[in-house]
Amino acid sequence: MKPVILWSDALIFLLVAALVLFFWRLRRDPQARERWRQVFASRLGMAAFTVIVAYVGVALLDSLHFRRALPPPEGVTTDEVFYDNQVTSVLDTLTAGMGERFERTYSAPFALRSFEKQTLKDEAGNTVRDFPPLRHAGASLDDPEDKWADVARRSAVALAWGLALAALLILPQWWLLRRSALPWGSSWWVQGVLACTAVWLVSISRHYHVLGTDLGGTDVLYQSLKGIRTGVLIGALSTLVMLPIAVTLGVSAGYFKGWVDDVVQYLYTTLSSIPGILLIAAAVLLFQVYIDLNPDAFPTGLEKADAKFIALCFILGVTSWSTLCRLIRAETLKISQLGYVQAAHAFGVSHGRILARHILPNTVHIILITFVLDFSALVLAEAVLSYIGVGVDPSMGSWGNMINGARSELSREPAIWWTLSGAFLFMFLLVLPANLFADLVRDAFDPRTRLGPEAA
Amino acid sequence: MFAYIVRRLLYAIPILIGVNLLTFVLFFVVNSPDDMAVSQLGAKYVTPEAIENWKAKNGYDKPLFYNDAAGGLDAVTETIFFAKSVRLFAFDFGRSESGRDISTDVRRRMGPSLAVALPTFIVGIGVNICVALMVVMFHATRLDRAAVIVFVALMSISYLFYIIGGQYLVAKTWRLVPISGFHADGQVWKFLLLPVLVGVVAGIGAGARWYRTLFLEEANQDYVRTARAKGCSELAVLFRHILPNALIPILTGVVVLVPMLFMGSLLIESFFGIPGLGSYMLDAINSQDFAIVRSMVFIGSILYIVGLILTDISYTWADPRVRLS
Repeated sequence: MKPVILWSDALIFLLVAALVLFFWRLRRDPQARERWRQVFASRLGMAAFTVIVAYVGVALLDSLHFRRALPPPEGVTTDEVFYDNQVTSVLDTLTAGMGERFERTYSAPFALRSFEKQTLKDEAGNTVRDFPPLRHAGASLDDPEDKWADVARRSAVALAWGLALAALLILPQWWLLRRSALPWGSSWWVQGVLACTAVWLVSISRHYHVLGTDLGGTDVLYQSLKGIRTGVLIGALSTLVMLPIAVTLGVSAGYFKGWVDDVVQYLYTTLSSIPGILLIAAAVLLFQVYIDLNPDAFPTGLEKADAKFIALCFILGVTSWSTLCRLIRAETLKISQLGYVQAAHAFGVSHGRILARHILPNTVHIILITFVLDFSALVLAEAVLSYIGVGVDPSMGSWGNMINGARSELSREPAIWWTLSGAFLFMFLLVLPANLFADLVRDAFDPRTRLGPEAA
Repeated sequence: MFAYIVRRLLYAIPILIGVNLLTFVLFFVVNSPDDMAVSQLGAKYVTPEAIENWKAKNGYDKPLFYNDAAGGLDAVTETIFFAKSVRLFAFDFGRSESGRDISTDVRRRMGPSLAVALPTFIVGIGVNICVALMVVMFHATRLDRAAVIVFVALMSISYLFYIIGGQYLVAKTWRLVPISGFHADGQVWKFLLLPVLVGVVAGIGAGARWYRTLFLEEANQDYVRTARAKGCSELAVLFRHILPNALIPILTGVVVLVPMLFMGSLLIESFFGIPGLGSYMLDAINSQDFAIVRSMVFIGSILYIVGLILTDISYTWADPRVRLS
C-alpha cells in the first residue's frame, strides 16, 4: 500500500484540525461556551450536528487515498513492489468493493435483470430479445422468485450487526456522558440509525444494487457516497478561501476608515455588481483553458481533476467574500466606537493589539454564522454549477454530475428515477441538518442578524 | 432628491469602470487572444497563420492597451481594450464570436425572460406573504415551529429538484402543460404556467421564512401592544398594523431584485427551453463565447446598480421619515 496525498486531501485535514483547535481554544471563553450550550441544548441541534459529523467523517475517510500493492507477476521473483494505477480510498475499502461491481448499463434498484433488452442466445441456440441478467445482483440466488425472502433474511442479519455496532459506538459515550445535562440521547438515536443503515447498505449491496446502476453500469449508491466528499469539501474549502479575504478587508475598512474604507467599499460593490454565476463561469473556463494549454503540469487525470476542483473552490471563495466583508465592516465600525476601544486608544495600545484583542474576537460570531450558512448554499451551488458545465470535473464523483447525467432520463418510459433520487436524497440529508444547525447557531449567537431573501 | 440621484449615477461610473477592467483582465490578459484562438479553432487546426487569421477576423490583432504603431489618438483607440471594453459604455456590444449582433439578440431575448421572471416575482411575493401571515397568526405554537422546519426543509431542496420534479409530475405524468418550449402567440400562457409555478414553489421556503421574521419583528413593537390593549382583534392587528409597517422592509428588500428580472433565470430558461437572456448566457458559457459573456456581465452590473438606486428611492417613498441628501 502506498499513500497518495492529493492537495484537496491535505487541505481538508488541515481545515478539520484548525476547526478542532478553534473550538478547543473557545472552551476557555465562558460566554462562547454558554452560547454553544444553547445550540446543543436543543434536541434538533444535537441530531443535526450528529448527521453533519457523520458526513464529514465519510468525507475524511474518502480523502485517505492510497494505491494498492499488486501481487508480483507470475514467475518473477523481485523485491520491487508494483502498485495499482487505480487510486482507492479508505471508503472504497470499507464499502467492500461496491464501486467495482459494474453492470453493462442501467438497472433498477434491487433488479436482477438489466433495464434494456439485448439480443441473447437461449439454451437451444436461438437468438431472442430479452433483458439480460445482471452480473452481480442476486448471484447467490437459485430461483429469482426468492429475491425478497433473500433480501429480508440478509436485512435481518445486517440489522443485528448494525445494532451491535451501534451498541459499541454508543455505550462508551453513554458511560462518559451520562451525567451531562445536554440531550445526548437524540444524538445517540441518530448514531444508532446511521450505524444500522450503514451496515445494512454495505452488506445488502454486496448482493444487490440498492439504488440501481447508472448508464455506465456503476452502482448509484456508491456514486452518491463518493459525492459526499465533493459536497463537504466544496462547502468547507471555499469558505476557507473566503474567510481571510473578507475578515482582513472588513476589519481594516471598519477600523481605519478613511481611504481604506473607500477602497474596500469600492472593491466589494464592484465585485457584487457582477452577476456571480457569470464571474464563476468565466474564471472556471479560463482555468480550463490553462489546463488544456499546460498538460504537463498535471500528469494524471486524478491530479487534473483535483487541480480543477481546488481552482473551483478558490474561485467560489474569491467571488463570494463581499457579503461577509460588508457584515464585518459594519460590526467593526460599531465596536470601534465603544468605550473600551476608545480607552485602549487613550492608553496608547497599538493598532495591531487593539485589532487582535478587542475587535477580532467580537466579530467571531458573524464569521461563524456565515460559515455554517454558506456551507449549505455552496453544496447546493455545486449541483447547479455542474449542470451549467463549470462544476467539478466529470471524472470526479459529485451529486451535480449525477444529476446532470440523468436529468433527461425521467422522460423515458419507464422513467429512470433512481440516479436522480440518490443524488437529491444524499444532498438533502446534508443540506437540511446544515441549515437547521445554522439556524440554531444564528439564534444563539446573534438573534438580530437578518438576511434578505437572496442571501438565504 | 434629483441631486442625489445624479450623484449616485456619477458614483456608478467608477464601479462600471472597475467591472470593465476586471472582465478585461480576466478575458484578455489571463487568457490571451492566442489562447482564445487555440480554443476556438480546436487544437487540431492550430497553425500560426490560422491563429493570425482568426485574430484578424475577430478584431484581436491589436495591442492590449497602447498601440505604438499608430499615432495620435489612434494609439489609444486602436487597441483591444478600446475596441472591446470601452465601447460597452456606449452600449455597443459588437458581435459574438459566431458573428451575430449581440445588441439585437439581447433586445429580442429580453421579452421571453421578462415573461417568465415578472409573473414569478409578483406571484412569488404574494404567495410568500400570505404563507408568512398565516404562520405569524399561529406564532409560538407547535404549528409555527413545524412551519419553520418545513420552510428550512423546502430551502434545503436543490432548485434542480423542483424543476425536474415539476416537469415530471405536471408535464409528463399529468400532461397538463407542454414539458418545454415557447411560442409568442396566444398560447404563450401554456408554456409559462409550469416555469412560473416551479419558480414560485422553489422560492416559498426562503421567502416565507424571511417575511415571517420581518412580521415578527414588527409584532414586538410598542404600537402592536397598544393596538391589542385598545381591544383590536388579532386579525385587525395583523392586517391593519403589522402588515403595512412590515411592507417597508419588504419593499426595500425586493426592489433591488426588480432590474435583475431582465436577466431572466439561467436554470428555468434552459430547462424549459425559453429563448430568454438566461439561456443566452448559458449557451454562451457552453460555447465559450466570451464576447457575449462580457456583454452580459456589463448589462448585469448596470442593472444591479440601478437596483441599488431604486432601493434608496423606494425608502423615501415607503417611509416619509427618510430623506435622501
